[in-house]
Amino acid sequence: MASRFDIRRQTGFPTVALFCFFLLYLPLSVVVIFAFNSGTSIAVWEGFSFRWFVQAWSNQQVVDASIRSVQIASVAAVIATVAATMAALATTRTRPYRGLTFKYAFINQPLMVPEIVTAVALLIFFSRIKIATGYSGLGYLMIAHAAFCIPFAYLPIRARLESMDTALETAAADLYATPWQAFRRVTLPLLWPGIIAGLMLAFVISLDDVVITEFVKSAGQDTLPTYMLGQLRRVVTPEINAISTAFLGISVAIVTVFFLISRKKT
Amino acid sequence: MPEKPDQIAIDVRHVTKVFGFGPDKVHALKDVSVAIRENEFFTLLGPSGCGKTTLLRLIAGFDFPTDGEILLHGQDIAPLPPYKRPVNTVFQSYALFPHLTVAQNIAFGLEMLGRPRAEIDARVSQMLTLVRMEELRNRSTAQISGGQQQRVALARALAPQPKVLLLDEPLSALDFKLRKEMQIELKRLQHETGITFIFVTHDQEEALTMSDRIAVMSAGNILQVGSPKDIYDRPAVRFVADFIGETNFLEAAMVSSTKDRASVRLGSGAVIDASVPKGFSPSGKVTVVIRPEHARLADDGGELSGRLANIVYFGTDTHFHVDLDGGGSFIVRQQNTRDESRRAQEGDKVSIVVGTGAAQVLRD
Repeated sequence: MASRFDIRRQTGFPTVALFCFFLLYLPLSVVVIFAFNSGTSIAVWEGFSFRWFVQAWSNQQVVDASIRSVQIASVAAVIATVAATMAALATTRTRPYRGLTFKYAFINQPLMVPEIVTAVALLIFFSRIKIATGYSGLGYLMIAHAAFCIPFAYLPIRARLESMDTALETAAADLYATPWQAFRRVTLPLLWPGIIAGLMLAFVISLDDVVITEFVKSAGQDTLPTYMLGQLRRVVTPEINAISTAFLGISVAIVTVFFLISRKKT
Repeated sequence: MPEKPDQIAIDVRHVTKVFGFGPDKVHALKDVSVAIRENEFFTLLGPSGCGKTTLLRLIAGFDFPTDGEILLHGQDIAPLPPYKRPVNTVFQSYALFPHLTVAQNIAFGLEMLGRPRAEIDARVSQMLTLVRMEELRNRSTAQISGGQQQRVALARALAPQPKVLLLDEPLSALDFKLRKEMQIELKRLQHETGITFIFVTHDQEEALTMSDRIAVMSAGNILQVGSPKDIYDRPAVRFVADFIGETNFLEAAMVSSTKDRASVRLGSGAVIDASVPKGFSPSGKVTVVIRPEHARLADDGGELSGRLANIVYFGTDTHFHVDLDGGGSFIVRQQNTRDESRRAQEGDKVSIVVGTGAAQVLRD
């Protein structure tokens, strides 16, 4: 019998696959399981309880950090998405020219430059501005987050634009739509799923950031991830597991919606 | 005056279109001039890459000519953007807006023109009736068949009542039977709306059956403009004769000529009468074309003779491939009848009778 090559039937494949799954999910499941521990240990199971979720929820610092995280992520995601949409339009709705590839690289800079380098640069840059203006609000974090979120918002929007038939925009112009009307009535409605996907991806990326936030934030500006990092340096209770679990749930939910949206046709 | 200007819908004057720069330069159109009359079904016919779609895009305003003018009822529209031209297009891919319904697609142009709602609604209903799509008005364009999408694309382009409708190979995506139906449908729509249609195709049969006039294009030039009958019966140059239908090319020598007629001597020695393209005075050696159906087989007494090499049966007619005595080959097409009494066999000596007025001298 002629046997087609199938990677799943190769010797050792199941072993490697299982090993990878364990590596990926075992640590996560430990965190999630001990979030429901009734004792104070993150290693010894004592019984099932929601007490750590309740405690985290009533911890004012956790609530404040969560609100701050969402505020920063919302503003940063919106700024990043607007910038990314404009960048995507500018790089796809044009005749290809020399230097276009360079422009892609330029837009995707945050994906290439090590985050710690950007963090240090922003720390120095913003500290000057802080001294000059006296302003020390969340604005710095929002702008910093917006900057590194741009490529994440850009990629799904550009993908959407590239898969869109440009004859549609030509047809709109043919039917007396000015360039702005063609954009409003044809391009934008068809681009929405890409924009929403980009927005959600940017939101999740911002929500999750530690390094840049840690460098840029002023005193009392902990986001949820930096708060958790701070807690880990002290006594560790399953409260941190509970927060992690809730965080994980939210991230998974958003990313799932992102995939559903970007898979949607039309 | 050659032609009254008010009867000309689109006047293309010395239009050149160059794409790219330096060594990548492509001359898509080379000093093309053509006048398209009002209410005419005009076809741009040619193989892919001949410049027919480029010319259409210049008229629509999707591209701008490198040189030359395009007049619409006497006004130069070449510098205008597409949304300022009273010209609409049916795209090869239809380019229907997928987020809008059938009725919303048709209403799009009228909305952009800022027409009142009542007028738009009335016009959309009228268009849906015209293309027989009334019951599908609220469907999404993804839920209808290719033929129906074609009709919506037509209705959408006709709704703003353009001065000229441009059709870019609109039937190429349809299967054979549907294509035949749509050919008739398009002719009907053109008659009912009275709008000038400019139709682009590479399908010579489509061009012959639908057009009032055809422009045959090749390599960025218009080679000949004329009625389907002109183009088919009186091709001016070899490319046109070869591209449209099947034909026989014969070398001949000029004997004498008047303004549009000539006597030519064929390789067999026979002298026949041939027509001459306008404004061409041939001399010496020329090429003569004769369509396969304008000649018939005989036992003797014809202008050409040879041996029957091959018989190909086509149902409605039969093609006889003859190897001529003086070299070269000749195809004769004959309508099939039920009279089977006398039929030539492969290998027979045959004579070919060229019909009166069948021969045409080529310009090249």
